[in-house]
Amino acid sequence: MRNVYLDYSATTPVKEEVLKEMIPYFTEKFGNPSSLYDKGLESKDAVTHAREQVADLINAKPSEVYFTAGGTESDNWALFGTAEKLKSKGNHIITTKIEHHAILHSCAYLEKEGYEVTYLDIDKDGRISLKQLEEAITDKTILISIMLVNNEIGTVQPIKEAAAIAKKHGVLFHTDAVQGLGNVDIDVKDMGVDMMSMSSHKIYGPKGSGALYIRKGVVIDNYLHGGAQENRRRAGTENLTGIVGFGKAAELAKANFKGHVEHCSSLRNYLKDRIISEIPDTYVNGTMENRHPGNLNITFKYIEGESILLLLNQFGISVSTGSACSSTSLEPSHVLTALGVPVEMIHGTVRFTVGDFTTKEDIDYVVDNLKKIVARLREISSVNSKKGW
Amino acid sequence: MALYNDIVMDHFLNPKNVGEIDNPDGTGIYGSPVCGDMMQIQIKVEGETITDAKFKTFGCGSAIASSSMATSMIIGKTIEEALEITNKQIIDELGGLPPVKVHCSVLADKAIKNAIYDYAQKNNKYYKALEGYDPEADEDDEHGEVEE
Repeated sequence: MRNVYLDYSATTPVKEEVLKEMIPYFTEKFGNPSSLYDKGLESKDAVTHAREQVADLINAKPSEVYFTAGGTESDNWALFGTAEKLKSKGNHIITTKIEHHAILHSCAYLEKEGYEVTYLDIDKDGRISLKQLEEAITDKTILISIMLVNNEIGTVQPIKEAAAIAKKHGVLFHTDAVQGLGNVDIDVKDMGVDMMSMSSHKIYGPKGSGALYIRKGVVIDNYLHGGAQENRRRAGTENLTGIVGFGKAAELAKANFKGHVEHCSSLRNYLKDRIISEIPDTYVNGTMENRHPGNLNITFKYIEGESILLLLNQFGISVSTGSACSSTSLEPSHVLTALGVPVEMIHGTVRFTVGDFTTKEDIDYVVDNLKKIVARLREISSVNSKKGW
Repeated sequence: MALYNDIVMDHFLNPKNVGEIDNPDGTGIYGSPVCGDMMQIQIKVEGETITDAKFKTFGCGSAIASSSMATSMIIGKTIEEALEITNKQIIDELGGLPPVKVHCSVLADKAIKNAIYDYAQKNNKYYKALEGYDPEADEDDEHGEVEE
């Protein structure tokens, strides 16, 4: 059976070139980067090189890149490190309703600790309002955290403008760029952000590896305490292979950026055009303007997402859904809820993300099967276009 | 590790009794699209025996499988026997459901009871098991034991 992976926003395979770079660091080049003999220094050099590769992708100084265990740790560090450091200054944080749970659940925790959090709305296109952002700032505001690219609907937020507002009011600005890295233009200097979260496994690097960019001069508390690694700011023996892999993946992301974006967006658009024109009662969620190049989020009316996912899986096709039934919490997607999608339609949403290894034949295979699956589920469904909801 | 066992998958992939009955003797609907599941079960009754049952379901894999299993279980049974069926029996016949999906079997159970209730109302029939029965009652607040 054919295998078609269309869930690149969940994770990506490690590219051959990345794996090749990593392998020696599992075996012969296994030294601890903190050790002072040659075997240690060899590893330290590898970490230094990777730091340059990641810094190069986002136009930062290498000394501003701190390796972590991934996007979640980076988000937690930025939030808890800032909250703790600036608690004498204020207790107010501004974020959005559509953040990743690494931000939302950290904010919920801080609320229990006495912090106040404002959650910004999004409009029908999926974007925040800069006016609402500025109005939310108080003299107690210590941090604004807004994601660069949303993981479900792929919409890109006006980070440069938002960061300028934060700067004007003397508030630190963090962005979760996990979905944006390698997919949209990122220049931390131009964007004017103070902190930025990144993850390796979304850009064809290994899992369990990521980084937090902290602009020179920005001081937040440490999150992990221990040894003197990462310039005394993030303790723990370096995930050497993970860091080497992330570095190589970042180098490739920079070198292939234009080709990657063109490849993904043309196949994504082809997928969208075929679905919308060939399957009735289907809707795109979020604007197609300024969107993650591989992301497509579709509502199939009158049927439920988990059923679609399971049937696609029978054909070797991997996608994800915003349906409540697929989540252990049984809560419908908070992003689609914030976007104003009616609950009964959220249950029928599927997220497709194409990536570097997707082909046009893959898309044709998916649409051909999807048509049959949607028709079959609508036949079974107790709601339809005639009966209505 | 699959999400569902083979029996559930078979009833999801090849559901039995999909459709609607012409001039049904009873129709039961339970759930709503807002909740993510809505089932319609229709029955044909001859004498006191359910001779046919069909379903239409908007919902996830286990909701469709539960509908298929529940309709299969009541065909050939008397009304009294069908009223004795519990959601636990539907789960057992399916070889088990994940804890978060237990409510799908509750929905199927309710849809059957609502179809029989409809039949009883239309035909002025009395069944002890339906005494004080409320077809609208929300018995779906138990989502099973969810491990956090």
